[in-house]
Amino acid sequence: MLEIQDLHVAVDGRPILKGLSLRVRPGEVHAVMGPNGSGKSTLAFVLAGREGYEVTAGSARFGDEDLLALEPEERARAGLFLAMQYPVEIPGVANMYFLRQSLNAVRKSRGLDEIPAAEFMRKVREQARLLGIGEELLKRDLNAGFSGGEKKRNEILQMAILEPRLAILDETDSGLDIDALKTVADGVNRLRAPDRAFLVITHYQRLLDYIVPDVVHVLADGRIQRTGGPELARELEERGYEAVLGGRLAA
Amino acid sequence: MATALDTVKDYTEAEYKYGFVTPVEEDRFPPGLDEDVVRRLSAKKGEPDWLTEWRVAALRRFFAMEIPDWQKVRFHPIDFQAISYYAAPRQKERPRSLDEIDPEIRRTYDKLGIPIREQEVLAGVAVDYVFDSVSVATTFKRKLEELGVVFCSMSEAVREHGELVRRYLGSVVPPGDNIFAALNSAVFSDGSFVYVPKGVRCPMELSTYFRINAAGTGQFERTLIVADEGSYVSYLEGCTAPMRDENQLHAAVVELVALDDAEIKYSTVQNWYPGDKEGRGGIYNFVTKRGACRGKRSKISWTQVETGSAITWKYPSCILQGDDSVGEFYSVAVTNNRQQADTGTKMIHIGKRTRSRIVSKGISAGHSDNTYRGLVRILRSAEGARNHTQCDSMLIGDRCGAHTVPYIEVKNRTAQCEHEATTSKISEDQLFYCRQRGISEEDAVALIVNGFCREVMNELPMEFAVEAKKLLGISLEGSVG
Ligand SMILES: Nc1ncnc2c1ncn2[C@@H]1O[C@H](COP(=O)(O)OP(=O)(O)OP(=O)(O)O)[C@@H](O)[C@H]1O
Ligand SMILES: [Mg+2]
Repeated sequence: MLEIQDLHVAVDGRPILKGLSLRVRPGEVHAVMGPNGSGKSTLAFVLAGREGYEVTAGSARFGDEDLLALEPEERARAGLFLAMQYPVEIPGVANMYFLRQSLNAVRKSRGLDEIPAAEFMRKVREQARLLGIGEELLKRDLNAGFSGGEKKRNEILQMAILEPRLAILDETDSGLDIDALKTVADGVNRLRAPDRAFLVITHYQRLLDYIVPDVVHVLADGRIQRTGGPELARELEERGYEAVLGGRLAA
Repeated sequence: MATALDTVKDYTEAEYKYGFVTPVEEDRFPPGLDEDVVRRLSAKKGEPDWLTEWRVAALRRFFAMEIPDWQKVRFHPIDFQAISYYAAPRQKERPRSLDEIDPEIRRTYDKLGIPIREQEVLAGVAVDYVFDSVSVATTFKRKLEELGVVFCSMSEAVREHGELVRRYLGSVVPPGDNIFAALNSAVFSDGSFVYVPKGVRCPMELSTYFRINAAGTGQFERTLIVADEGSYVSYLEGCTAPMRDENQLHAAVVELVALDDAEIKYSTVQNWYPGDKEGRGGIYNFVTKRGACRGKRSKISWTQVETGSAITWKYPSCILQGDDSVGEFYSVAVTNNRQQADTGTKMIHIGKRTRSRIVSKGISAGHSDNTYRGLVRILRSAEGARNHTQCDSMLIGDRCGAHTVPYIEVKNRTAQCEHEATTSKISEDQLFYCRQRGISEEDAVALIVNGFCREVMNELPMEFAVEAKKLLGISLEGSVG
């Protein structure tokens, strides 16, 4: 589903990713962990096509497509979703309205009609209820004045409505209280499906107690330094990056 | 229902989709302006002497005036002698029923998306269609007549309601107010007239659709709306013009009069041809719009969405004379490419406890220039007057300009004025966020800009709001990336 090979990315001429390779198959959940500033968000952004992230070498394929050749909206329409570490506020644009524009844009690109208003409302209300998002939050301006936790839940709501093939969650757990963490994890687990994959970026083992990954990667110094099963995350939690990666971590 | 974004998509082919010309036979004067032209114009319309003399007096004032230079806009000198002051589709008489309208003109309105017949039946909006200089149709007449509401072309009003016209014409915008008002007073060819009698709430939106078709002409329409005691009316104005390399002059005058407890809501969606990317052609939109809240507790509310014209120069204003009267101004002005807009309002507080509210949203893109210019004047008599002004500017790209020029004059110590201003840019973060959710860059701009303008858009009547939303998107096409 996603195949990244020897990816090199620079920001402002400074190399951040230095030969990253990663392969995600349909149905899998991969966790990416790594120290602050190691390039996790950079990986997420470059996959989503954000400007300013310059690919200097390597490739990334999504299904049969050359992911890096697509515009950000084309990637989204092809089924790539990024739940952002810092969701953006758009004043004057109602949360629900935005979601409908988004869903219809995606549907249109697939030759589908717009979703009927009633069906849309029903779907959103149902998902919102499961995620503990109140009616009032749906009507408010997109992310404007939302608390940190509300923003994160809202990202998951968007994901649930857009039903992507590959969802990248960039620190969706940070800033969540324990109950919210569980609600969000349940939201993700409900979406797990044989044809859908997840790339979960996190600092905390706790999230992975709820969203149990198939594969855990440790990203440091712009490269995947170690790959293992769920036990790798626990090892990291206990011993820290320094000890786990040992000499592999550049000074 | 199609959403705004999808409709914006439908338009992406056409840069200015209203830019076509209708092949109709025209009856027109050769270019030139003098007293004789004015007298002939007046005679052609069969006007009474008082009006002929009123026009001639205005023309004399016009010749004695200069184009002011305080505004921020720059333009080529206008050769008033090169303009034809009368152009009308050739028609023996004004059609008596809608079926008699020239099929070409009917087709024009169809293409503009406002079919004359359907508009009446479906939307329940009464429309007056002004094609070049004359009004070609007024729909929904009978229903309005039952209520005593007069809604007709200005020419007809002069004939049928001469006394009312004579009493109010020029009473809010005197002919000598400014050079363009003087010109309009001398040569106005048609326009709309509305009178709402005491205590009547006009049950439907009244609307005028202005269309400049002929080359080498100007459009000088005159609108007068009088709301008698305790009445209410909501009025909409829309406009388009063909694409031409020359600049065409539009110098309208709109006068509103609200008596005790009356309310007038006046909404404009202005989409005159803005000129091309290099700034060739486009309409010079120099209009004078002013409302007088003469009565106690009267209210006048201006809402405008300005997306067209090469140059827009207008300040819809309120004279708050009656005690406890209220003036409102809600404005969205979008400029792209080489467009220039210098627009705002004047709120003149005379009566006690008069209140005014100004919400202005300016959006500039390309090489355009967008100025808000507003005056709040509180006279000594205006005990307890209040004003709140909010001016927000949004910049798209870094070659455009946004300016806010507020003038505040307060002569009464009990008055309160508040002014807030912000300037923002569409951020990369916002654009990326939208695109990551599958929304194209152009649609994202339209979405963010519509959000920025929401307070103003909310003031527009429903069917107009949909149109206005589309327009914002279209006007900003090609402004990013
Ligand atoms: N726009 C930018 N301009 C300059 N430097 C940047 C930019 N974006 C990222 N970087 C740098 O790239 C490096 C990797 O950043 P990134 O955000 O990918 O780290 P991260 O692994 O997500 O960290 P965290 O765990 O703190 O979220 C950092 O050193 C950061 O300062
Ligand atoms: Mg990060």
